[in-house]
Amino acid sequence: MPLETLERVGLEQSEEKDFLWTLNFGPQHPATHTTLRLILTLDGETIVKAVPDIGYLHSGFEKLGEHLDFNQYVTIVDRMNYISPVANEIAWHHAVEKLLGIEITPRCKYIRTIFAELMRIHDHLLCCGAAALDLGGFTAFLYAFNQREKIYDISETASGQRFHPSYTRVGGLLRDIDDDWIAQVRAFVRDFPKAHADVCRLLNRNRIFIDRTRGIGILSKEEAINWSCTGPIARASGVTRDLRKDEPYLAYPDLDFKVICAVTGDCMSRYLVRMDEMLESIKIIEQAIENLPSGPINVDVNDKVVVPNQQAVYRSIEGLIQHFELFMTNRQWQTPVDEVYGAIESPNGELGFYVVADGTGVAYRARTRPPSFIHFAVFPLLMVGHQVSDVVAVLGSLNIIAAELDR
Amino acid sequence: MTYDESLKQLRERFGADSVATSEFRDNRRVHVASDKLFPTLKYLKEACGFDLLAELSGADYLHYPDAKDRYGVWYILVNTNDGARIVVKTFVNDPDPRLPSVYSLWHGADWMEREVFDMYGVVFEGHPDLRRILMPEEFTAYPLRKDYPMRGRGERHNFPELTRAEG
Amino acid sequence: MAVDIPEFVAISRLDALANWVRKNSLWPMPFATACCGIELMATGASRHDIARFGAEAMRFSPRQCDLMIVAGRVVMKMLPVLQRIWLQMPEPKWCISMGACASSGGVFDTYAVVQGIDRFIPVDIYVPGCPPRPEQLLQSVIDLQEKIQRTGTITGKEFARRDKSEAPVHLAMQVPPAETIVAPGDFGSATRLHD
Repeated sequence: MPLETLERVGLEQSEEKDFLWTLNFGPQHPATHTTLRLILTLDGETIVKAVPDIGYLHSGFEKLGEHLDFNQYVTIVDRMNYISPVANEIAWHHAVEKLLGIEITPRCKYIRTIFAELMRIHDHLLCCGAAALDLGGFTAFLYAFNQREKIYDISETASGQRFHPSYTRVGGLLRDIDDDWIAQVRAFVRDFPKAHADVCRLLNRNRIFIDRTRGIGILSKEEAINWSCTGPIARASGVTRDLRKDEPYLAYPDLDFKVICAVTGDCMSRYLVRMDEMLESIKIIEQAIENLPSGPINVDVNDKVVVPNQQAVYRSIEGLIQHFELFMTNRQWQTPVDEVYGAIESPNGELGFYVVADGTGVAYRARTRPPSFIHFAVFPLLMVGHQVSDVVAVLGSLNIIAAELDR
Repeated sequence: MTYDESLKQLRERFGADSVATSEFRDNRRVHVASDKLFPTLKYLKEACGFDLLAELSGADYLHYPDAKDRYGVWYILVNTNDGARIVVKTFVNDPDPRLPSVYSLWHGADWMEREVFDMYGVVFEGHPDLRRILMPEEFTAYPLRKDYPMRGRGERHNFPELTRAEG
Repeated sequence: MAVDIPEFVAISRLDALANWVRKNSLWPMPFATACCGIELMATGASRHDIARFGAEAMRFSPRQCDLMIVAGRVVMKMLPVLQRIWLQMPEPKWCISMGACASSGGVFDTYAVVQGIDRFIPVDIYVPGCPPRPEQLLQSVIDLQEKIQRTGTITGKEFARRDKSEAPVHLAMQVPPAETIVAPGDFGSATRLHD
């Protein structure tokens, strides 16, 4: 940043304080999980001030949202929190279906719930694995990635692509799941607790891990609320808020699970909250897959929001007209001229979309409420008084995803 | 405090006609003028218990059907004790769109207001450090405005090229 | 190695030896920005093991690497950083552009994303995909190894010959001049602390 900006953020060197020095951390650094930049003012090894500089991955997602229709934008939204892709799609279509006033079918709700919880495990595995990797524990990272490969396989069976499946559509899903998928999910539910126990054995009572994360980066409950934190970070500080219980959506009202909270608010409690949330997610997936309702996955074709299936399009005139109506750019969905905010509990926090619609099938404004962006603002607060090596521990525990941070 | 009780208290405090409301799906909105914005938000935080600022963002209503003002800014507040949600909306216009900053009420507004400034050019008075957050500091335009083209105006091509021999 | 030797058969054997050594111990510099970075990590993890090709030493210091894998979209603010890191890498060095966003801008044809890093950095191998499967990335490493074996030299003089621009036609030419804005200041200072 230019020299004048340095003075405004208080990084200038003054006469009495010329023992302070400035360290540039990033944007290319292994521990800044891609493209984050921190300008640290240090007194020896102790951090006096930390100024984040972001925007190194700002790709204009929200501008794209104003030019792509509701089913095309889901491919872009997928690429926001790229370590839990389907969760973003679920959030986006949750907001769009709220706008259009559509109630999705029970089978679709259950499948989306299963995917949301699989993605929660996916995200937490990477967060905990990368936290261990940054602190030097490479084995935990490899164990975590091994389980993530299984979730990639499940994703690939459902939609064809392991990563960024673009699986949800307005009013339903891309295609229905089959028995192969159900078998894979059951196998995952059966085998995951053992792998989880392996990672716990490696890290939970590991002297080095505890020393590096206990008491580091403490976030109090009042600060968490004041700085708009949500998700595992807020829950580890004592804020008992989880949108799955407070504002239930999808199949969560029917399922039995606990919300994991802690009181300390340091890196260790954030790690423990995530580890336990993974076990709760396994419980949810198990209940959902055993009680998966049968029936259609898309809403009724006559509501005119869902593309009819291929046979109907080729063999009936109504199907053909319906297909045309949804793809011709001057027709598409008939949306109300109004705006709505819809949020879900993504693995990182409250992920919401504020969709302003102007009657056409393309959003007028598609704003993402990005949890990573809001959580990274807390970072300077957590770092004061700690040492340079704690930057890595705190950053790993906050789970900052650069694409959601910058959009 | 629930939305209806908060609304009743707001109307008692600020007068029934300065607080317009609207509802859509499950969003309950309160529309205020930009000069009454800070007292309204302060009252909602201190007297009605909305302690979490969930979202602060804006939109450019230039091409919106039946829009009267250009920049809309919304604040989504949540009460963590009973889970109530309220959306407070205000509008500002060109030239010189300005709003009071709510950093003193919720520190989470820090970066969210910087982003609205970066993308739309709305200035927040009282913000401790209002500068661009996502675009480079030298960028001159406000990208999310409707009159800025999606592909930009050539800024993304304006860099020196390295050939293999120079490497 | 700045050794000036005239060309005969022993040289091509020496070249072949140097190429064999270099190709089997490529040390990548993972310039991971976005989603492709996660597939890069997956390629380094246990199921698709990049260590089989000698490339698991992902050193994050450019001074110690010879292969820069640009994984993910590169935006305007990040490009000067990318160029600086490329210049910091010592010869011989190669570049793999992984993913659609690094190769051409991908889905992001917006004001902020550079439409292909090959406009500003010389690229050797492109890997299509969004994101490319780890097997595709491994195939690209194999292709790069073949390229090094076929065209490499011990002195690295094949690089000195590539002094023309390899980028596609500058798109700024296609925007009507009246609409092109050259913003004041160079974006390189976005990453420098002091001018």
